[in-house]
Amino acid sequence: MIVAEQKPLAEIRALVGDAKRVLVVGCGTCVTVCFAGGAKEAGVLGSLLRMGAQLDGNVKDVSEVTVQRQCEREYLDGIREQVEQADAVLSLGCGIGVQAIAEQFPNAIVVPGLNTSFLGKPAAHGEWVERCAACGNCLLGVTGGICPIARCAKQLLNGPCGGSSKGKCEVGTGDSKPDCAWQLIYDKLKAQDRLHLITEVAPPKDWRTSRDGGPRRIVREDLKLPSTGGQK
Amino acid sequence: MNASNGTTSRLASILKHGHFAVTTELGPPKNADPEIVRAKARLLRGCADAVNITDNQTAIVRMSSIAAGVIARQEGLEPVIQMTCRDRNRLAMQSDLLGAYALGMRNVLCLSGDHQTFGNHPQAKNVHDIDSMQLVQMVVGLRDRGCFQCGEEIKGDNPRFFVGAAENPFGDPFDWRPYRLAKKAKAGADFIQTQLVFNVPRFREFMRRVVDLGVTEELSILAGVGPLKSPAAARYMRDQVPGMDVPDEIVERMEAAGRGIEDKKARTAAYRETGIQICVEMIGELREIKGVAGIHLMAIEWEDAVPIVTERAKLLPRPALEPETSACPPPH
Repeated sequence: MIVAEQKPLAEIRALVGDAKRVLVVGCGTCVTVCFAGGAKEAGVLGSLLRMGAQLDGNVKDVSEVTVQRQCEREYLDGIREQVEQADAVLSLGCGIGVQAIAEQFPNAIVVPGLNTSFLGKPAAHGEWVERCAACGNCLLGVTGGICPIARCAKQLLNGPCGGSSKGKCEVGTGDSKPDCAWQLIYDKLKAQDRLHLITEVAPPKDWRTSRDGGPRRIVREDLKLPSTGGQK
Repeated sequence: MNASNGTTSRLASILKHGHFAVTTELGPPKNADPEIVRAKARLLRGCADAVNITDNQTAIVRMSSIAAGVIARQEGLEPVIQMTCRDRNRLAMQSDLLGAYALGMRNVLCLSGDHQTFGNHPQAKNVHDIDSMQLVQMVVGLRDRGCFQCGEEIKGDNPRFFVGAAENPFGDPFDWRPYRLAKKAKAGADFIQTQLVFNVPRFREFMRRVVDLGVTEELSILAGVGPLKSPAAARYMRDQVPGMDVPDEIVERMEAAGRGIEDKKARTAAYRETGIQICVEMIGELREIKGVAGIHLMAIEWEDAVPIVTERAKLLPRPALEPETSACPPPH
């Protein structure tokens, strides 16, 4: 899932600025699950904006709506009227949601209420961890199901570096020290008697499938409909 | 270890002839003053076969290792250019390697690099396009295959470096470290400089496994040593530096050195004397370990200690150059 967290309120208020009519748009998918931008968070944030405006002696007309998935055109069609009536749209979607609204409603002023953090999963209640860097060429089959691109601070393909100590990465301090991804890879492959997978030198990665190759796009001819075209 | 690839490295020649090699380190300044490099170089001249020039060590901006290496070479040292994967992608690295070779550099040490969060620009984006193992492969490829990393042939002179890498015998997982070193041999590394050794028994065990794997037939291992300046430095290394193993006895010995000395200056001198003494003893022990081909002496920001340690450890004078393989001008 996409993991995000809400921006500080002061920043959100600055982004909304003088807009009188504000539409807070929550998203019912990833950011709902990570308690950052679902219907509940949209409601709380809407109230905070109203209260903040009142304290400043202003009046803001803040309304909230949550769509199932901000990143899909069909779900956004349903909020067209509300978007068009708003002076500012505060998206509580991930970066994709913000851009989807901005693309679909070119006249709308859309600002983000979240910082999109990473692709990850819940580790414990109230804790999320990164697991994927979307590099476009998955290596998990040879690294024991542990990603060195997302989880090694140096993205080593032939780790661990000399800073691995007692299972922890050299980066960070105290409890914030992440696990050494290469210690995890070693432990897993050793337990499975598959260390041979990492005894040869892993060649340099071809980063073209990652962000380095430019913005990415997937075209599936088998799924395309003749009339719909696509987005560049 | 192979010095027959057309490299004209003095270090390669020393190792090839079976001399117990000595390398040390020169940290470039955090400014643009060439005199600082020259002064340090003059201190180190004659004490080592080659001198590592660090590359933004601990992720702090310093004069470029190649530029400082050129200055050090003018002072009669043979530089080992350190190159980290943190700050440059494969294009920039190869470009700098071509330039370094053109400027007379003959040795490269391939490193991952300390993470930028430790340094003075923690906001920086890191690169890590390739890792240190792949950097070794790339530099070896430039030399032996005459090809860039992409496979394209180098038309004209190709850089023929003597290629080094680092290994931390005290990093975890301990059992994997010898195999990881073997991977560096497979990548084509000619020599290895290790992290600072303070725990000799543990290092001996590491070396036993490395020798058993046949790694020392492929490359030369230089054991890392360094004099401790103070008990505080010893404690810091023991407690704060990831992947360092400083036994309590060493820390206690450093602490004992200053006990009962009231005068601050005299106490500092006593600490330093003990630090140097421990280092000299350590070199004696390391020399006896099978597979150790030399030492890499790291006296960080304490270059004055290098002549003292090397003298007392009976490592001087360094062997004279074999003229036919020498790439360095004679000291002037």
